Amino acid sequence: MTTTDPYAGSRETTEGRVYTVTGGDWDLTFGSDPLAEERLVVNMGPQHPSTHGVLRLVLDLEGETVTKARVVIGYLHTGIEKNTEYRTWTQGTTFVTRMDYLAPLFNETAYCLAVEKLLGIEVPERATTIRVLVMELNRIASHLVGLATFGMEMGALTGMTNGFRERELVLDLLEEITGLRMNHAYVRPGGLAQDLPEGIEAKIREFLTIMPERAAGFHRLLTGQPIWQRRLRDVGYLDVTGCIALGVTGPILRSAGLPWDLRKVEPYCGYETYDFEVPTADTADAWGRYLVRMAEVTESLKIIEQALDRLRPGPVMVEDKKIAWPAKLSLGADGMGNSLDHVKHIMGQSMEALIHHFKLVTEGFRVPAGQVYQAIESPRGELGFHVVSDGGTRPFRVHVRDPSFVNLQATAAMSEGGMIADVIAAIASIDPVMGGVDR
Amino acid sequence: MSESPFRTGAFGVTGSGDTSGFGGLVRVEPGGAVALHSTDRPYGGWFDEVADALADAVGQATYDAAVRRVLVDRGEITWFVHREHLLVLLQALRDDDALRFELCSSVSGVDYLDAGGPTGERLHVVHHLTSMTYRRRIRLETAVTAEDPHVPSSTRVYPTADWHEREVWDMFGVVFDGHPALTRILMPDDWDGHPQRKDYPLGGVPVEYHDATIPPPDERRSYR
Repeated sequence: MTTTDPYAGSRETTEGRVYTVTGGDWDLTFGSDPLAEERLVVNMGPQHPSTHGVLRLVLDLEGETVTKARVVIGYLHTGIEKNTEYRTWTQGTTFVTRMDYLAPLFNETAYCLAVEKLLGIEVPERATTIRVLVMELNRIASHLVGLATFGMEMGALTGMTNGFRERELVLDLLEEITGLRMNHAYVRPGGLAQDLPEGIEAKIREFLTIMPERAAGFHRLLTGQPIWQRRLRDVGYLDVTGCIALGVTGPILRSAGLPWDLRKVEPYCGYETYDFEVPTADTADAWGRYLVRMAEVTESLKIIEQALDRLRPGPVMVEDKKIAWPAKLSLGADGMGNSLDHVKHIMGQSMEALIHHFKLVTEGFRVPAGQVYQAIESPRGELGFHVVSDGGTRPFRVHVRDPSFVNLQATAAMSEGGMIADVIAAIASIDPVMGGVDR
Repeated sequence: MSESPFRTGAFGVTGSGDTSGFGGLVRVEPGGAVALHSTDRPYGGWFDEVADALADAVGQATYDAAVRRVLVDRGEITWFVHREHLLVLLQALRDDDALRFELCSSVSGVDYLDAGGPTGERLHVVHHLTSMTYRRRIRLETAVTAEDPHVPSSTRVYPTADWHEREVWDMFGVVFDGHPALTRILMPDDWDGHPQRKDYPLGGVPVEYHDATIPPPDERRSYR
């Protein structure tokens, strides 16, 4: 014990020395800082309508200026990567589809391309074309949600209702194709779960005639609007150097002017044969990202039309009976299920077919040992799958490089030094999906 | 894992049980591949260019000391490197004119457990690098033991590695020396252990019926 304490006066009493604690260091510590009284640490989220999901922000504020922005994630962690290690390679599809839940078909396709690379197989032409078709439909749906939530977070609520309304058009199509609105598990290692249903092509073509008008409506509603422009322009600035240092890809990188799109620079699924542009902007801000996403919707429509034109009859699963799912899945009134003909065949006609079905469905197929990294261009940027096999029937390790996870790191660079209202615009322009961030 | 790094058969049958006609498939354990195999020169394609440029950039002596083996598999190339030299290699890969791997796409951890090779280096840290200039992808793999799980942090070369490394620490317990704030990122702050390690115990599900439980996934009946 020290005899003198600068913050606590003392006096002698019959009970001994009594201290009077005053806490006098407050002025000493903060007195010299004129803004000290304005400094505020604000916790925002994880349950907050403007943080784009269960994202938590810890913001240091001086007045309305953000001096420090810290991002806390993990609130939606579901252990998908670990879970895949205890399921067969085919079941892996049903897990990864739930990560970035706005772009499920991209997760599935990237995962399946990685497994197919490990297997050394190539899927039939028709399956690849349908993959491109559903991915681009999915890209439109994803961008529409991105734009809708962007509108909501900026206070343009009609943007939200319109965005979700337009997205419903796509979801109806995807539901008819895959049986589910989201979490489709439609793309499987070796091809697809099932072929396109009858009459869907006409419906997609009808969508192709409706959507350009709806996209134009978005432009009429938001693009020219002065409030929208002022909220977005020069907000969330991140140039190419910053993007690459922070690993940021997708519309954010393209809004900074670099036309880096894996569909063009590292083509997969035959994207090199499709005619489309890579939209860019030179503003490197939220405004540019908005425009890039709007333009990408139009480009996706072009790809969908080309994919429809080149659809030829053929198998949608590899011929190899050791990999192809034996149940001929078909779409019924109550969703997707085994075809009656197949059930009849294995239950009544062929013992070998039953054994084969049982082995492949319960045990699954084996994948030769090794590791691959497969990246595709998801609506949010580079979606990479690092898949390791030990030669067994289950993945040894599946690591997902989710674009939202990486892009979200740019929050501090985009927001610090700006106004608190612009933090919302910056994060909305990143368009993170927490299901993908936390996996 | 079996003693031999090689397994045969499509359905894991030992002896003469294979009636599937797929008995010809030979598989190699990945850890075994790490421990045993190295691809000989020439690697093919642009792989040799990158290897030469990397050796030029860091000096042949450093290259030889740093690289344990190089593996070309399925059209992808992996350098297995010693952790002491990881940063030198990354810096050269990023900055050298002939290499230009500007983007660190991902850093992922893999736990090979028993298959970590004779030295017990079960924890692997894998850097996936992308050259936007030359449109190339390569992989750098660093292996450490669970007793000494230290790898230098690459955040000074690639700032994007920040969260990736936090995730690898969180899930695998690899310590990245020099990381600005190595804290858990996906699991809660007070979590015990590193869940994606292969020996991390999995939870079962209690069922309210005569003390029954659904066993954890790794204890259920399953196929090898």
